[in-house]
Amino acid sequence: MIRPVARISAVMAAAVLIAAPALAAGGDLGVVEKQPINLSAIGMFLVFVLLTLGITYWAATRTRSASDFYTAGGGITGFQNGLAIAGDYMSAATLLGLSSLVFAKGFDGFIYTISFFVGWPIILFLMAERLRNLGRFTFADIASYRLDQSKIRTFAALGSLAVVCFYLIVQMVGAGQLIKLLFGLDYAVAVVMVGVLMVVYVTFGGMIATTWVQIIKACLMLGGGIVLTLLALSHFGFSLEAMAQSAMASHKEGVKIMGPGTMMADPVSAVSMSLGLVFGTAALPHIMMRFFTVPNAREARKSVFVASGIIGFFFLLVCVLGMAAITIVGTDPQFFEGGQVGGKLLGGGNMPIMHLSKALGGNLFLGFLSAVAFATILAVVSGLALAGASAISHDIYARVIKKGQCSEQEELRVSKWASLVLGALGVVLGIMFEKQNVAFLVGLTFGIAASANFPILILSMYWKGLTTKGALWGGLTGLISAVTMVILSKAVWVVVLEKPAPIFPYEHPALFSMTLAFLVTFVVSKLDRSEQAKAEIAAFDDQYVRSQTGIGAAAASNH
Amino acid sequence: MSDPIYEKVRGNPKFAELVRRRGRLAALLSALVLGAYYCFMMVVAFAPQILAVPLTEGGALTIGAPIGAAIIIISWLLTGVYSHFANGPFEQLNNDIVRETLK
Repeated sequence: MIRPVARISAVMAAAVLIAAPALAAGGDLGVVEKQPINLSAIGMFLVFVLLTLGITYWAATRTRSASDFYTAGGGITGFQNGLAIAGDYMSAATLLGLSSLVFAKGFDGFIYTISFFVGWPIILFLMAERLRNLGRFTFADIASYRLDQSKIRTFAALGSLAVVCFYLIVQMVGAGQLIKLLFGLDYAVAVVMVGVLMVVYVTFGGMIATTWVQIIKACLMLGGGIVLTLLALSHFGFSLEAMAQSAMASHKEGVKIMGPGTMMADPVSAVSMSLGLVFGTAALPHIMMRFFTVPNAREARKSVFVASGIIGFFFLLVCVLGMAAITIVGTDPQFFEGGQVGGKLLGGGNMPIMHLSKALGGNLFLGFLSAVAFATILAVVSGLALAGASAISHDIYARVIKKGQCSEQEELRVSKWASLVLGALGVVLGIMFEKQNVAFLVGLTFGIAASANFPILILSMYWKGLTTKGALWGGLTGLISAVTMVILSKAVWVVVLEKPAPIFPYEHPALFSMTLAFLVTFVVSKLDRSEQAKAEIAAFDDQYVRSQTGIGAAAASNH
Repeated sequence: MSDPIYEKVRGNPKFAELVRRRGRLAALLSALVLGAYYCFMMVVAFAPQILAVPLTEGGALTIGAPIGAAIIIISWLLTGVYSHFANGPFEQLNNDIVRETLK
């Protein structure tokens, strides 16, 4: 009943994760076809690249200390950071994936969009100020604040690196496919280009350049979305009701698309999916890192307010666009292979919004939106690379291997090499995974973030009784159970390993692996009666004061 | 071997007040957002026909559309509520605590 999604389902990272089994599992049409070279798209993208390289040059002159490199010296304002967070979160997945879900499934797509959003208020209420007050450069700073420096820091850093690497592969494969499709360039050329630009932004410009790439991209995406929505609305005389009437008449499922369908019929899957999304998002290292770029908790709160406003607004636009595409794209033979309306969409199931931009704004607007989609991927991979590099240089090298006995310059050098290595690794893996269905990596990314990283992070901030032993055992339990469940689920067991039926019946492990991780952490911590555990529990009170008041936290004062 | 500065903060009644009031607000707002969202999801899972009722007789838009949009918009407005209080009166309280501690 659902058209298989194109290969570039890889791009729509989270959308695949949350998509119905049929979407996620069938997300393979083979490799997308290379399109003729699109000059206006390439031209506009070059403008973006030149602009961002200029910013990187400027940022490089201001990046001297480790704090400049990792967190832009804490000198980003709340409003700027809000834009950058929105830029980090509104990936190609939201633009292409959510709109195509609404296009294909109507109201069900809207439900996913909502699930994608509700994590943000929770991050603000429960985490933002504590993250800012306790962390300096990485999330491992917080997790290991009062626990064993080498053990917990190593575990947290490896957890971050696992998330970064899997997500990087997903983005790289997506970038390759998308660029091949939109720009008419070779897959390998596209992947190498993304890798090189990412390394340049990160090694030379650090967090300052990365932040501005994300800010510019967020503005472009928002502007493009608004213009496209206005064009779409004007097509229906600015009446949502008229648009809905027309969509109902055009869609083969008719009136059914206007209410909840079958995708969410199973409450266990629905809850598991939303837990993974909400708490996985809250523990993505590149998102958390953004909270360390503002000077204080006050600005951190402001940034979530701005970010969630932009994200929520944009999500609503995306749903309207998906609904408009049902009529405008779904009934126009020029967007279907062989001109067969209702057949296979040109370029695959993720393309409705791209076709919509062509139908409403012509080739120039399509070029603009393509350039924005590419810029989006660049912004996300830069954030990932920076988060990965800081886990290697700050956590593993400077804190664990050198025990804090290394100069800032040395640490900076290591992190620049680390981002180079991550870039190279991303390119190699991206090319290796070209013909793989990488949907399962998205499941792994969010599964590990929600089950291994999130429990340690939240308990270290909220629960006095947490000990090193408990955190380590709980984190490992979450890690192993999430990985095992993803492997035994349909996305790997059936789609990749080609076994007849999945052993783990649900698509998303979070409900089970997260619960298990919390349980084990709790029990092991309670049973831990060592002297070290007593000291760790006693240290909570001081940490608590700092997490609430920010006294002792690194501020922008190093400027 | 607690740090004397942190010891001093804990002894400050304003600290207890800050933690209690801000914590209560955060818990209340989280409960509102998660409660609304999971109610919505449960209706989706167990009584989807409720959301499929048309807004107007014979119309295409269903009541699910404004309800869904309201979840997004209201939870965003609640982040505004939290920021307003946490960055206003609570931040004031926090600044008082910091000043009294470091003096």
